[in-house]
Amino acid sequence: MSHQVKSKDTLLFSDHDWDFDMLSRIYGAVEKIAVDEMGLDTYRNQIEVITAEQMLDAYAATGMPLLYKHWSFGKQFLRNETLYRKGWQGLAYEIVINSDPCIVYIMEENSATMQAIVLAHAAFGHNHFFKNNYVFQQWTDASAILDYLAFAKAYISSCEERYGLEAVERLIDAAHALQHNGVHRYPGKHSLDLVAEQRREIERREHAERLYNDLWRTLPKPRARGGRDLNEERRRALLGLPEENILYFLEKTAPRLAPWQREILRIVRQIAQYFYPQRQTKVMNEGCATFTHHRIMTRLHEKGQISDGAFLEFLQSHTNVVMQPEFDDRRYGGINPYALGFAMMQDIERIANEPTAEDRSLFPNFAGKENAYDVLRDAWANYRDESFILQFLSPEVIRKQRLFRLVDDPVEEDLVVAAIHDEDGYREVRRSLARQFDVARQDPDIQVVDVDLKGDRRLLLRHHVVDGVTLEAGDAARVLQHLANLWGYGVRLVEEDDQRTYTTLEAEPAQAFA
Amino acid sequence: MHIIDRRVDPGGKSLANRQRFIRRARALVRQAVRDASASRKIREIGEGGAVTIPADGVHEPIFRPTSSGGMREHVLPGNKTYIAGDHIERPEGGGGGAGSEGSPDGQGEDQFRFVLSREEFLELFLEDLELPNLAKRQIIGEDVTRRLPAGFRTAGPPAALSVTRTMRRSLSRRIALGRPSPEDIERMTREIEEMEAAGDAPERIATLRAELERQMRRSVSIPFIDPLDLRFRRLETHPEPIARAVMFCLMDVSASMDEAMKDLAKRFFSLLYLFLTRRYERVEIVFIRHTHEAKEVDEDTFFHSRESGGTVISSALEEMVRIAKERFPLDQWNIYGAQASDGDNLSSDNPRAVALLRNAILPISQYYAYLQVANGGEERGGGGIFPRQETTLWRAYSEVLEPSLPMAMRKVSSPRDIYPVFRELFEKKSDGVGAE
Repeated sequence: MSHQVKSKDTLLFSDHDWDFDMLSRIYGAVEKIAVDEMGLDTYRNQIEVITAEQMLDAYAATGMPLLYKHWSFGKQFLRNETLYRKGWQGLAYEIVINSDPCIVYIMEENSATMQAIVLAHAAFGHNHFFKNNYVFQQWTDASAILDYLAFAKAYISSCEERYGLEAVERLIDAAHALQHNGVHRYPGKHSLDLVAEQRREIERREHAERLYNDLWRTLPKPRARGGRDLNEERRRALLGLPEENILYFLEKTAPRLAPWQREILRIVRQIAQYFYPQRQTKVMNEGCATFTHHRIMTRLHEKGQISDGAFLEFLQSHTNVVMQPEFDDRRYGGINPYALGFAMMQDIERIANEPTAEDRSLFPNFAGKENAYDVLRDAWANYRDESFILQFLSPEVIRKQRLFRLVDDPVEEDLVVAAIHDEDGYREVRRSLARQFDVARQDPDIQVVDVDLKGDRRLLLRHHVVDGVTLEAGDAARVLQHLANLWGYGVRLVEEDDQRTYTTLEAEPAQAFA
Repeated sequence: MHIIDRRVDPGGKSLANRQRFIRRARALVRQAVRDASASRKIREIGEGGAVTIPADGVHEPIFRPTSSGGMREHVLPGNKTYIAGDHIERPEGGGGGAGSEGSPDGQGEDQFRFVLSREEFLELFLEDLELPNLAKRQIIGEDVTRRLPAGFRTAGPPAALSVTRTMRRSLSRRIALGRPSPEDIERMTREIEEMEAAGDAPERIATLRAELERQMRRSVSIPFIDPLDLRFRRLETHPEPIARAVMFCLMDVSASMDEAMKDLAKRFFSLLYLFLTRRYERVEIVFIRHTHEAKEVDEDTFFHSRESGGTVISSALEEMVRIAKERFPLDQWNIYGAQASDGDNLSSDNPRAVALLRNAILPISQYYAYLQVANGGEERGGGGIFPRQETTLWRAYSEVLEPSLPMAMRKVSSPRDIYPVFRELFEKKSDGVGAE
């Protein structure tokens, strides 16, 4: 590209300050690069300029522009306010909401350069990701979320009027305790269709008749227990068990809840489900947004639309964002999803444009094809963190970040370095890192397995223990208490794996909802 | 793409949630406020500030993995010298540096610290306190008034326009002056048209036309609503009877009071002062300090200047009686007294003090509180070999004490006790006359 003279005419801004006209101009320039060069496809944007005070409000409501009222949001607000006022925590430059139109909050204090960055980052990077990624498409409904939140808020406040603040608050407390267990993780049929159930039953019988062989009759009869087992099986099937979405199960089958209580459980569950994809795609989502803003700002600079000074300001802020402290650094707080996502996406571009022999053998599909944006758009659309890392984490990135795998086995005296960035270790490191970003593995696997319908209606849950990591006992007991109150009868949680049972927790309803 | 300026939106979106949180954690926050106020200087209490409550009380439980135990793996960046198979000593506390990402947020955090606004702080601090027996109500001053409707007037702000009255006057004026109604004019117009169409009686048509014109002129010259018709609602302000109270603060500053004791007394009065100025708009406070002679002083002198001398309690009581008689007529004022002393009175003065209290002060007072300050050392000694000696004044006052009299006595020996004792003295009694 020929060097262009940066004159006053081509610059979008030359100053620290911004105004609304300038914001429109910046948006236009950013949009041109995002759409024409990178081929991004976004929801319409709605940019909202807010103050620091309003940013704190937004924080408290998990970023949502409107949310029902609950003390826990007040607690969040007080915590953030205290941190912010004491100067221990800065505020985000922007917040973006997965909705259609996509709402982007930007802070008034941002400089003109910062506004350009946040527009590129949020209004195009995140926005494209929200619109195109399959987990978002599968689990969220961007066009309806704002209306749903408005409905939820109005519904809950009408419940408060009718049934009293305290009753509603107690219910929401219980629902919040279970909100991480209120998510459908796998698409599929969840409501049992009774017609289909019957049809399946007939099909099964016909199948059995076809396979009938008189010879089986001569086999010795099984013990009487067999019949009971069948009933148990049938009962579980009718209740849709096992079920990992505990809130869903309670909403549909808890015997003693009033309709409004079921509706509130549903609201909490729907909102948890809405946020679930964000937890699954931290690296990808932030990586996509960071890669996008980096590319757009670089192009703006190349095209002479921002000054060298502004570009330096951008680089400094960008460097802070993608900083990855090393494991022995005091600042280390886990893998920085911005840094990892950005590094991997830049690496994909490198492989597409200037591959090494190693890359060609590992990524034959796109190495050297010079179609980096196509590959990236495909990755942004069709992967989540776990699968993205499994598929795209190249030895180059592992080497650059000097990743190593550490195993903490309680029977060993020491921690053991299991793999490092060498030929033998790449696969292991990659697999392990992918697991680390697999939300389904981070969240304990707890399922409703049975209800004692003949006896005392006790609800039976099973925590499938993986690698011997049990639940934090204090919290588990409290959540179980909430669960018992919702269920209306006793509940029992068994923590076990295939080898052994770790603990059994029980709770009886103390103040059942009715 | 839209750009919306949200900065102009009303703020305080989180206020409702914040209040819910404080309500939810009320008992904890109240305790925290009281603890905080015990350690902080009285003057700072009025400024709100950070309080810390146990996080346990506002904890939100979820099912989450324990932070230790079980088989764990971590992928970490920044390897320097390790190769596969190396053993690293387990850092302290199971997780430590290497495993820090294994522990979910919010763990190990057993305190929740946040900032209360001034109003919130004082509200919790002074909750459930009141002046007992605030019974006498009086009409005073101009600023406590209520506005009551009092008829109508001819001028006033548009907001006070009485439409009914105005329209009624307009109607009667229009009838009186014979303003033609629109229907009248329409009827005449139609009549003319009909006659014209019929084509007969042209003179009749001419008269009707002249009449119509006259009526039209009339309807213009007599307005539908005239400024004369306007009537506005009139409001009159009536003064409201409210309770007036005066608090006499009597402090012993004699030489026998050491610094610690004076500090206790001052803390007590500061609390009292804060309480009265915050919760009651119309409370006069009279500061009297005394050694062997009593003097009325202003607030600043009372709290900050020093003096010393002998102790004659009755001098302060006399001063109080004198001021009450002079400035606070009994039929208009609720009179309160609070006295702080080390009880180390000139023994010959005790009978006189008791007589004053019994005969002059208690009969006019709604409530009288006596606070005896001692320093910590003495108090502790009391539990030991020697039975604690009651001071002469305490003994003398105890004789006065009886359930029917509005009087209370307490002892205080350390700053920690000030607040509980203060609460005991001014706690809202359920059957008390609640008034503010």
